[in-house]
Amino acid sequence: MDETIIEFNNVSFTYEAEENNPEKPAVKNVNLKINRGEFIAVLGHNGSGKSTLAKLTNAILVPDEGKVTVAGMDTSDESKVYDIRRKVGMVFQNPDNQIVSTIVEDDVAFGPENLGIPPEEIRRRVDEALKCVEMYDFRLYEPHRLSGGQKQRVAIAGILAMRTDCIVLDESTAMLDPRGRKEVMDTIRRLNREHGITVVFITHFMDEAVEADRVVVMNDSRIFMDGTPYEVFADIKKIKKIGLDVPQAAELANELRESGISIPENILTSEECVQAVLEVVNADNRG
Amino acid sequence: MIRDITIGQYYSGSSVIHRMDARMKIVLTLAYIVSIFICRNFISLGVMALFVAVTALFSRVPVKMLLKSLKPVLIIVLFTAVLNIFYTTGGSTLVEWRFIKITSKGVFSAIFMSIRIIALIVCSSLLTYTTTPTVLTGAIESLLSPLKIFHIKVNTFAMMLTLALRFVPTLIEEIDRIMNAQKARGADLESGGLISRAKALVPILIPLFISSFRRAYDLAFAMECRCYTGGDNRTSMKKMKLAGRDFGALIFYLIMLAGIIVVNRLFPAVI
Ligand SMILES: Nc1ncnc2c1ncn2[C@@H]1O[C@H](COP(=O)(O)OP(=O)(O)OP(=O)(O)O)[C@@H](O)[C@H]1O
Ligand SMILES: [Mg+2]
Repeated sequence: MDETIIEFNNVSFTYEAEENNPEKPAVKNVNLKINRGEFIAVLGHNGSGKSTLAKLTNAILVPDEGKVTVAGMDTSDESKVYDIRRKVGMVFQNPDNQIVSTIVEDDVAFGPENLGIPPEEIRRRVDEALKCVEMYDFRLYEPHRLSGGQKQRVAIAGILAMRTDCIVLDESTAMLDPRGRKEVMDTIRRLNREHGITVVFITHFMDEAVEADRVVVMNDSRIFMDGTPYEVFADIKKIKKIGLDVPQAAELANELRESGISIPENILTSEECVQAVLEVVNADNRG
Repeated sequence: MIRDITIGQYYSGSSVIHRMDARMKIVLTLAYIVSIFICRNFISLGVMALFVAVTALFSRVPVKMLLKSLKPVLIIVLFTAVLNIFYTTGGSTLVEWRFIKITSKGVFSAIFMSIRIIALIVCSSLLTYTTTPTVLTGAIESLLSPLKIFHIKVNTFAMMLTLALRFVPTLIEEIDRIMNAQKARGADLESGGLISRAKALVPILIPLFISSFRRAYDLAFAMECRCYTGGDNRTSMKKMKLAGRDFGALIFYLIMLAGIIVVNRLFPAVI
């Protein structure tokens, strides 16, 4: 299980300078090991380098310094680019800007078609991928008739049909309503648990980050924190200092604790919070 | 609602015409357009018109929809008919009043031209009614593939067509959104003369262009991530295959064409 699938080795990347944008590294000295089957959330405020980090994972960008390897392949090796991209797929923020075809199943087939896979095999993969994201019944729909959450699931199916080991989602829930977000989140979690797909989930929503196995916080082009959600959100002050939110439940628990109520540490979800508060109330009643 | 617009004008069904290979449909439609201009008299034109009527019947596309596709060309039909009535002379004179002179030949050629245009439109609408845009682009790609020997990037061209089709509804939605945003800021889009209306379009087109560039950039990224190279070694999930009915249609058509050529020779030309 502890096999490394993506490894960043002291990676730095700087975009070319533009007029009003002086040269400044977008990613600086990043060291990161992503293990097969992990579910990683990446947090960080705007411009902290999250998208750049994502693009470095599948050779869309190549590091200026250091080295990124995907399943042992160096992303700067041009002959390996397509082998890397069939291992690491990417889903973007705007669902409309990543769907290429006028029919759902044709869109899902786009990746495998590019890989030159025979038609019968593509058919099989497309059906399987669509069932996986629970969009099989919509396979003949035109994408513009779908909701945002459904479009993102189609995009995910398009990646699955390439049989990638790892999916990177760059704020893929940012444009969705709460229901669409839940759909996408549930799908991703299921893929991770049941199919062992490695997930790198870039998000602004703390409540989504809490569900990950591991949280990486980016700040100012560097990795600022890296650990389990409990470890990362334990230090609320540190997170707030760089201008990020903490999960509401964690914040509430923290405030209660600071005002002298004995509530355990490591509370992240609202269920845990409710549970803890109930225990305190019950103890009060008894006492 | 904008969500309900369909791209193209596909009428879903499973008739023989729907199931025909799209390449054969395109070829036959083009052949039809050419042959209808070969027709010289009412017998051959009648056969051609009958052919398209029978095809329409087989396709089970409702007559109402076919009429709808004729609506935009009605003006052209009327215009050609009127021109033909007044400017074609010959045969017996039917009406003569001051400088207006209507002859039998003029009336015949007006009717002839109208039938010709209507048959033409019905035939080509049948193609788009019974074929989805995606399949149509695939067929165009396949038909143009011999051009590859001239180093013309046929599959890139087909991809462009697909993407253009794909983004039609998205851009319509976008225009709607921008128009509402500009109206909310007090833009007046509906009144004034031609020039002031055209000017009012500028604040809609500029944001549309900017956002389209953004979309194109994102899309290019997304396509690269899914291993698109623009190269030749792509495969296709839906293989097109010519079946018996396609050859049947072709043979039937060729026989009809031969008949028309014979009829053209045997009977006097109307126009
Ligand atoms: N194509 C580009 N050209 C030049 N500079 C860029 C480009 N893309 C990003 N940058 C710069 O790189 C830095 C990191 O950007 P990045 O997009 O990785 O941040 P992010 O964490 O994804 O932000 P956001 O939350 O807004 O998506 C920013 O300062 C940004 O201005
Ligand atoms: Mg970003």
